[in-house]
Amino acid sequence: MTEHAVVHANPAFEAFKAIANMLADPRASFLGAVGGLILMLRFRRYVFNWYVGAFVLIVEAVVILAGMMDPNFKLIIGKPDNVPITIMLFLSTITLWLAMTQAVNNERRAEQKLPPEEKETSNQKTWVWPDLLYIEFIALILCTVALILWAVYLRAPLEEPANPSATPNPSKAPWYFLGLQEMLVYYDPWYAGVVLPLIIIMGLMAIPYIDTNPKGNGYYSFAERKFSVSMFLFGYLALWVFMIITGTFLRGPGWNFFGPFEYWDPHKVVALNNVNVSDYVWVVLFPKLGDLTGIAWFKQGLPPVQNVVPALIPPDMASIRAFGHELFMAWKREFAGIIFIGLYFLAGPWVMGKTFLKSYFKSLDFGRYSLLAFLVLTMGTLPLKMVCRWLFDLKYFIDTPWIKF
Amino acid sequence: MLGKLKNSVMDSQVKKSIFRVGIPNTDRKRVLIVLGNVFLHLHPTKVRTSGVKLRYTWCAGGLSFFLFLVLTLTGVLLMFYYRPTVEGAYVDMLDIRSQVPFGIMRELHRWSAHAMVIMVMIHMFRVFMTGSYKPPREFNWVIGVILLVLTFLLSFTGYLLPWDQLAIWAITVGSNMAKAHPFVGAAGPFADFLQIGGVPLVHPGDDARFMLIGAKELGGTTLLRFYVLHCVAIPLGAAVLMAIHFWRIRKDGGISGPL
Repeated sequence: MTEHAVVHANPAFEAFKAIANMLADPRASFLGAVGGLILMLRFRRYVFNWYVGAFVLIVEAVVILAGMMDPNFKLIIGKPDNVPITIMLFLSTITLWLAMTQAVNNERRAEQKLPPEEKETSNQKTWVWPDLLYIEFIALILCTVALILWAVYLRAPLEEPANPSATPNPSKAPWYFLGLQEMLVYYDPWYAGVVLPLIIIMGLMAIPYIDTNPKGNGYYSFAERKFSVSMFLFGYLALWVFMIITGTFLRGPGWNFFGPFEYWDPHKVVALNNVNVSDYVWVVLFPKLGDLTGIAWFKQGLPPVQNVVPALIPPDMASIRAFGHELFMAWKREFAGIIFIGLYFLAGPWVMGKTFLKSYFKSLDFGRYSLLAFLVLTMGTLPLKMVCRWLFDLKYFIDTPWIKF
Repeated sequence: MLGKLKNSVMDSQVKKSIFRVGIPNTDRKRVLIVLGNVFLHLHPTKVRTSGVKLRYTWCAGGLSFFLFLVLTLTGVLLMFYYRPTVEGAYVDMLDIRSQVPFGIMRELHRWSAHAMVIMVMIHMFRVFMTGSYKPPREFNWVIGVILLVLTFLLSFTGYLLPWDQLAIWAITVGSNMAKAHPFVGAAGPFADFLQIGGVPLVHPGDDARFMLIGAKELGGTTLLRFYVLHCVAIPLGAAVLMAIHFWRIRKDGGISGPL
């Protein structure tokens, strides 16, 4: 990591690097990814064809190959354990293209009153011996060849022997968990590391029971199941794949952001001046109200909340009462955030049911609709927290000594 | 001459005793060869033509299973050379790397592991995009999600075994999440509410993280625990679930397709 001197002083390459560093910042790249996803789905008929598919793949390859000329970029992308992520980037592009091209094709066919492409041969049968077994055999051989080439050309990483007293900076989880580690920027560990993964797993399992739309079963489609496919693509591409790429390539020492062509400076200092909703309310908003109205109550400042643990067994009434008091103070201090999050999860389903989830609101029973709305809203808290962080330096909506969100 | 030799080999008693069927040159024999072979009978004898097409399945599920088999094979070979102890693990890594001629088993194992994680994710993506989780395949999707999680856990537990800096710090970051569990993690919310007469019930010596790594800090107990999970417990669980997964494909009407 010592060689970060500029080798290529080509001004065009320098400009390219500067722009790439700027665009890679999550504030730009996440919004770009989400915007790109929306545009891609909206203009799917013009996007999913051979020309655009080949163009995107070539751009990805050129950017990575050109980037390899930069020593900082090469360091991070050439790390043996990061190679799978580059592979994932290409495979995600190719599989998205494969799926959506066939979906668009089936959409066109539906307009001409034709059944989906798959229907043409779905009532015919193919012999497993020899037809399917040949396909499988060839796939296995190709896969084996690819693995052997990969294994011969790239040695598995082996670093210094384990040393519990030498903490590397940054310390990173295995790459497929870096999406979750990236979420630690926005959430506390109990939520990003425990509750949210559990909700993701349970939510994935619940998909077949929430999605009662009988269409699109057994063939590629988008137009017939716009909402479910959009939600899945958003979660899979924008929140999972994108976060993994960000966490791997763009997070350096101190989990600070570094552009792909930036040197990972361990001494980079980023000012952390994040504040809570309650700070905005009690320190910024209420004093102004106090000045306007002349009511002294508004000028009391941020109410203090102590971390008191109630002794439940055996019950110690004094500590329980003290805890009750702190609980009351916490409600008082955090009321704005609590009301906001409460409204978000309780009124959110109703608002969505009157707007973009109208058809689901009508067709699903109470349990299914509530679960769907809960999962959509839970997924929505991540971009919400990201945007609030970027716009208002928001740390927590609710900040109590016991639980922070 | 050659044809005669071929026929005598293909129709020999030895060959028939192993494969039960001669040259599969009739439809009846094509059925029998699949039905009579324990590995092939994972398949039905005939499948929906639309489902065989490469552009439909991308071979993602099949390759996930194949990578699991590659990992089992290379994993067993690696186990011959590997001791899950703090003293032995890293030394054995060096030996596997430098003392085995043409040794690429560790490389094959590691890259296959990464490839399997990617392939399982892509398989899930394919199944979602074709709506194949819809009735009657809801439950098989649920099994698939569990298999996805087991794939992550397999890879995660294996990550520790080289016992180098990369390994222990990645697992430190991962296992630190365990202590953030509400109620049962020492650093999680409400853990300190669980106490009797001021004595904490949940502390670093007995919380969720302790259960995972077998000690307060990463060490030999963690290595042994992850080794057993990685080589025995999770593969067994995954194998059982895979059996159910494949069985249910058959029972739920074979590969999905438009009705």
